[in-house]
Amino acid sequence: MAIFSVYVVNKAGGLIYQFDNYVPRAEAEKTFSYPLDLVLKIHDEKVVVSFGQRDGIRVGHALLSINGVDVNGKFTADGKEIIEYLKDSTNYPVSIRFGRARLSSNEKLMLASMFHSLFAIGSQLSPEVGSSGIEMLETDMFKLHCFQTLTGIKFIVLADPRQSGIDALLRKIYEIYSDFALKNPFYSLEMPIRCELFDQNLKGALEIAEKAGNFGPGS
Amino acid sequence: MTVHNLYIFDRNGSCLHYGEWNRKKEAGISKDEEFKLMYGMLFSIRSFCSKMSPLDMKDGFLSFQTSKYKLHYYETPTGIKIIMNTDLGVPNARDILHQIYSTLYVEYIVKNPLCVLGEQLSSDLFSTRLDLYIRALPFFSPRAA
Repeated sequence: MAIFSVYVVNKAGGLIYQFDNYVPRAEAEKTFSYPLDLVLKIHDEKVVVSFGQRDGIRVGHALLSINGVDVNGKFTADGKEIIEYLKDSTNYPVSIRFGRARLSSNEKLMLASMFHSLFAIGSQLSPEVGSSGIEMLETDMFKLHCFQTLTGIKFIVLADPRQSGIDALLRKIYEIYSDFALKNPFYSLEMPIRCELFDQNLKGALEIAEKAGNFGPGS
Repeated sequence: MTVHNLYIFDRNGSCLHYGEWNRKKEAGISKDEEFKLMYGMLFSIRSFCSKMSPLDMKDGFLSFQTSKYKLHYYETPTGIKIIMNTDLGVPNARDILHQIYSTLYVEYIVKNPLCVLGEQLSSDLFSTRLDLYIRALPFFSPRAA
């Protein structure tokens, strides 16, 4: 059981805080000889597998590193185009690591504001009167829990579907936000949260929630 | 516990069937607009989930809930999407939606030579059977029907 990540979205849909607590590894490294028996293409400035699923390498996985050196978007560490590099038979044998691409901060911003609108549409399409937006979204790999405060700030936690006590955790995060972001004289409302105490306390709360899933009364 | 409504969409986003049972609030837009909004929301949720997921997903998006209702989602490999809105007390309804697909949609629509796939379903037999099936569900209470 695990808590994957925490997002805080302001009332306008802007991402003001994001923290990745635990990122499970789904990566595969393999040594290839020339010619490469996978079809790669460039998608969103990344090199992804478009055909040739095998040995834990799946279609949609991004190329993460070549010979143990992390790549930089569609370029190798020393600035060459990856696609061109892999066409050159003199570079083989080559060891390539594939895996799910990490979200860039731009993508995180985009996903946060996307959720903001989905939240609103969810309440508009309600068949019952007076429904809130999406509070919990379930997939087979994770559950997304969302808590919207009266002032419109959304706290979003991504966790394992079996993890319990997320509702208490969301309220605890709100408490930490009130205590360590809002009461910080250098913090301006609606802006990204850069407060050391907020970070520390959030990490502590996540640890407690993962172990016990319970904060006790009045904590 | 109750069932509010049910949508069936094809892979292109047109609504093949819509049925409602205990719906208490309309979305405030025409049905056509509502279908588009619903399909658009699910389309975005699907891409949202696949991007957010820390690992590769198998079934993908299953359901979401708000303070008042729960939306259950089921998609076949051919892209037929079945959406059922119920109240919060209903547990995982994936099997029920799969049953609707395999015992009602396949039997009365796919095997019916008069039904053109990809067009709004006009089969009365399908509608009545679906209505009976939903009304017979253990969590369908007749209190407002």
